[in-house]
Amino acid sequence: MKRQVPLIITFIVGVVLIVSVFFPRVEGWNEDFSIFFDIIAVFAYFLGGGNLIRVHLDKVNKKKRDWGFSIVTLFGFLLMLAAGLFKLWNPGGFTADVAATGSLFQLMYDWIFNPLGATMYALLAFYVASASYRAFRAKNRDATILLIASFVILLGRTPLGVYATSWIPESFSLLQIPNLAIWIMTSPNLAGQRAIMIGIALGVVSMSLRLILGVERTHLGAGNE
Amino acid sequence: MNNIGLIVSLLVIGLGMLWFLIVALRGREVDRRLIFLFVGLAVSVPLLFNITFSEKPTPIVKDVFYKIENLPPRSKILISYDYGPSMAPEVEPMSNAFVRHVLEKDHRLYIMALWATGQSLAATAVDSIVRREFPDKVAGVDYVNIGFKAGGIGVLNVIISDFRKMFLTDVDGNDLDSLPIFDGITSLKDMDLLLSVGGGFPGVKEWVLFAGGRFNIPTAGGCAAVSAPLLYPYYPKQMLGLLGGIKGAAEYESELKNVHPKFEETPKPGIKMMGPQTLAHLIVMAFIVIGNISFFISRKRK
Repeated sequence: MKRQVPLIITFIVGVVLIVSVFFPRVEGWNEDFSIFFDIIAVFAYFLGGGNLIRVHLDKVNKKKRDWGFSIVTLFGFLLMLAAGLFKLWNPGGFTADVAATGSLFQLMYDWIFNPLGATMYALLAFYVASASYRAFRAKNRDATILLIASFVILLGRTPLGVYATSWIPESFSLLQIPNLAIWIMTSPNLAGQRAIMIGIALGVVSMSLRLILGVERTHLGAGNE
Repeated sequence: MNNIGLIVSLLVIGLGMLWFLIVALRGREVDRRLIFLFVGLAVSVPLLFNITFSEKPTPIVKDVFYKIENLPPRSKILISYDYGPSMAPEVEPMSNAFVRHVLEKDHRLYIMALWATGQSLAATAVDSIVRREFPDKVAGVDYVNIGFKAGGIGVLNVIISDFRKMFLTDVDGNDLDSLPIFDGITSLKDMDLLLSVGGGFPGVKEWVLFAGGRFNIPTAGGCAAVSAPLLYPYYPKQMLGLLGGIKGAAEYESELKNVHPKFEETPKPGIKMMGPQTLAHLIVMAFIVIGNISFFISRKRK
């Protein structure tokens, strides 16, 4: 029973969604199932939040490594949750936009979450530079081609590419670095991306069929295969 | 004074790179912390001394710009904020430029988010751009922010046939039916242009796959530079244009300023950030060259 019910649900949902694409009369089914999906997606937030509290409370209780950070995580999560749920300091009151200017939620978002998120992303620049220095080596022919392409793209994404090759006559304009960068993106990159996308799409079709027909059962969890 | 500071900074960076080259020629590796230091310098010097460059828009950016430019006034344009704070420095200049351009051309602006983190960023844009720079624009008539709904592509699947099944009110709690901007609007199919700004999932690609491409609704967007190569297969048929990374944002800002001189004085973070990006790219390239010199010398010795 534990195994059959999820398999039946998967089969019905899969078949209905496929049928709704090919038969205009039942197009609305797709929409109905999407609404069910959106409702379920909201519950994922409850599950995610609950799991975060459980994992970090356990870490604090057992005084595991770096448990102090878990206290910060829990404090930040609960404070942000309370600020959003109860719309604390919200100038428009309880019915206003959760992100209204002046609300505690928006203040914390703008002055804490926003700069912290941007800082984490900005650190990438440092790691990319260090990794490029260590790993980007012309060890063989393939690596050399990749290296040349990366130089063209790196220069093409800056105004220096324009300045450096603007002297090239218009009849050879493809050799100007910005045009060369565009060519790399719209020809070799495009061909590669399309090949990957078609491969992924075929894989998704085959995996979906396996799921719908109950051949693939790993999504049911351990012990249900 | 600024020029002297700039010359001194560039000289320090240049001499540093020369020293690294000498180190590489001796077959030694450069300390990782020194790489970090020089990248830090490369990023901060252009910001401190306000180094900017002129930008020439590429066709893929121009296609988006002139689509908005040439639509008749009061056209319906939707912007989806599909990103969070981590991506904001790179893609926010795009969404800000879109908002300015749309309102300047007197189009109707519909704002929403497929990312939970996007709603606050959209609220900031409404407050700092729409209300401040376009005080004559009326909420619910000229623009509306309907906020975020969970579900990602599930949301797209629903609003492609009916907005009201997913969004009952705008972010201020006003019933969509009470807003003049929603008169005659049933679904995404009634929009004249869909713009998604993001770089993750769901993002521009999902807007193309589940809305624009499927129902022939003009769709374009902006994304982080790392995501741009993944979106080229959809250009120009399913996605009419794309702003890729900060360079795309800078090109759009530049065209906006040239076509609408009113925006000469408004902040242009895209153009401003091209200085650090240019110098950082040069530093990365220099480090790659130095790394290769060091690699070949050590290989030769072996």
